[in-house]
Amino acid sequence: MIEFKNVKKKYDNGYEALKNINLECSEGEITALIGPSGCGKTTLMKLINRLHNPTSGTITIAGKDTSSIDPIELRRKIGYVIQHVGLFPHMNIGRNVATVPKLLKWDKERTRKRVDELLEMVSLDPETYRDRFPSELSGGQQQRIGVIRALAVEPSIILMDEPFSALDPISREQLQDELIRLQRDIKKTIVFVTHDMDEALKIADKIALMKDGEIVQYGSPEEILRRPANDFVKEFIGEKRLEVYQDTPTIRQVMVNNPVTIYPHRGLAESLKRMEGKKVDSLIVVDERDHLLGYVTVFDVLKEYDNEAIKVKDLMHSFEYKVESHMLLPEAIQQMHERKASYLPVVDESGVLEGLLTRGSIVGYIGKEYDGEVEGVL
Amino acid sequence: MEFLSNIFSYMVNNWDHLLMLTIDHIIMVVVGIVLALIVGIPLGVISAKNEFLARIILSVANIIQVFPSIALLGMLMIFLGIGFKTVVVGLFLYSLLPIISNTYVGLREVDDSISEAGRGSGMTVLQLLFKVQLPLSLPFLLAGVRIAAVIAVGVATLAPFIGGDGLGKDIVDGINSRQEAKIYSGAIIAALLAILVDLTLGRAQKQTEQRIG
Ligand SMILES: Nc1ncnc2c1ncn2[C@@H]1O[C@H](COP(=O)(O)OP(=O)(O)O)[C@@H](O)[C@H]1O
Ligand SMILES: [Mg+2]
Repeated sequence: MIEFKNVKKKYDNGYEALKNINLECSEGEITALIGPSGCGKTTLMKLINRLHNPTSGTITIAGKDTSSIDPIELRRKIGYVIQHVGLFPHMNIGRNVATVPKLLKWDKERTRKRVDELLEMVSLDPETYRDRFPSELSGGQQQRIGVIRALAVEPSIILMDEPFSALDPISREQLQDELIRLQRDIKKTIVFVTHDMDEALKIADKIALMKDGEIVQYGSPEEILRRPANDFVKEFIGEKRLEVYQDTPTIRQVMVNNPVTIYPHRGLAESLKRMEGKKVDSLIVVDERDHLLGYVTVFDVLKEYDNEAIKVKDLMHSFEYKVESHMLLPEAIQQMHERKASYLPVVDESGVLEGLLTRGSIVGYIGKEYDGEVEGVL
Repeated sequence: MEFLSNIFSYMVNNWDHLLMLTIDHIIMVVVGIVLALIVGIPLGVISAKNEFLARIILSVANIIQVFPSIALLGMLMIFLGIGFKTVVVGLFLYSLLPIISNTYVGLREVDDSISEAGRGSGMTVLQLLFKVQLPLSLPFLLAGVRIAAVIAVGVATLAPFIGGDGLGKDIVDGINSRQEAKIYSGAIIAALLAILVDLTLGRAQKQTEQRIG
């Protein structure tokens, strides 16, 4: 994990490029830094591998303050891909990819094997491409080399500064898809600078939206689309994208907000009474802090009813599948259908029960939504 | 016609002597330029890294360059006496400016993003210089060597005035003994040598340019 704490950066000419940045880039996730040109994205990224140093504040990687790490050592452990590709034009592809392994003095055989493996990873035949020079490759191929050069020694962190922005739209899409596919296997902590919202939405797990040296909003693509923090964010996302997302209901809009719950140490008589009172056939089991534990059904309770020693927790089943409230409704319906579930529990990130998505609640929502239209037809 | 055939027959009859002078000439030039590379490249690197020092270094090299060659060699003679050594020092001084300034320009021309890729990959300053920046400025450096070598071949013909040898010896002897064929044969070979150097280094320069792409 990379963590920025109260980071400020003032350039020598007095320009304050970053004003009090606090940010966490989680392990194994792609964090996109996005914002208009000049807002400080590149500056922020270069603080990570110490191409710049902060004026104040700290940057830690896996808990270690980067200012205590030798910058040369640090950079060899962090992959770095830049916008203008930056391949060394006087070195062939093989040597370009082997840049960091060479700096780390890997032996020849290991380096050669790794180079071939990397070339294959981006579908470039090693025999054909190893000995070519960068100028003999297309833009898309060059940037693939730029990416695998950064992956060569399997760094756990990779920094990418607008890596695909100079490419034509088709190659750009291709490389984005490849990156997503690659990331599924390699699970690196990636910091990805872009000024293209579509790109950020497509590839990022988290987005930090920046303006004038500050982070205006941070969150998952979903969160940013659904709850843009202010007009600047809305404008940056663009009307079109907002409409598409805001027309699709989320689980939050549909779910039942007060599911009937019970604590695990309660008895069966109490459970049955609750079910009768609320007219439900099962109860959701939660702990005192509302963390979801599982459920009990009326059949389980009736079967063991005579045994006073038995508590809810002895009969409890756990849920195979839960959803989060920001998930889109169509996706959830799909899941319910596939799993033949009559309801799905809705939890937040820390597992606290927020509600229940039931078939009844879905029908109710759709009924409400189409009310107007149906009347109109009549 | 008779004049040309005179020169030609002089050359044929004295080929071994002329060959010796040519070799002497080449040695002076090569030693001068190698020294200039040894001193000039580091000065070019320093200039590229520091704008303030660049101004000082380049001005000094410029002043040396605009000094008339006879005057410069004359002054060196006062300090260093006469002989091979003095000639070589003169050639060295003359070659400095093109080598320093072309190293400087070559390094400044290296694309920032390429240097940044090197730094970002964890190269030290020296690794970046030797693996990336200097190789990429090679075409410029070769252009500098080419200019320096052509000038040096010319300046080296003045060597006999300060006790050196080389093709200038035949020219000076020829003037003193009023033998036109001798003067011209020395001059012609020196001119051919300059052209040859120019063409060869020109080709090398093109090749490195192409390779870098
Ligand atoms: N070395 C520098 N010295 C002074 N100002 C700089 C330097 N680098 C960047 N800046 C300024 O800092 C601001 C942020 O730059 P940058 O981080 O490159 O923005 P972005 O990557 O978001 O386009 C810009 O206004 C830029 O002009
Ligand atoms: Mg930038």
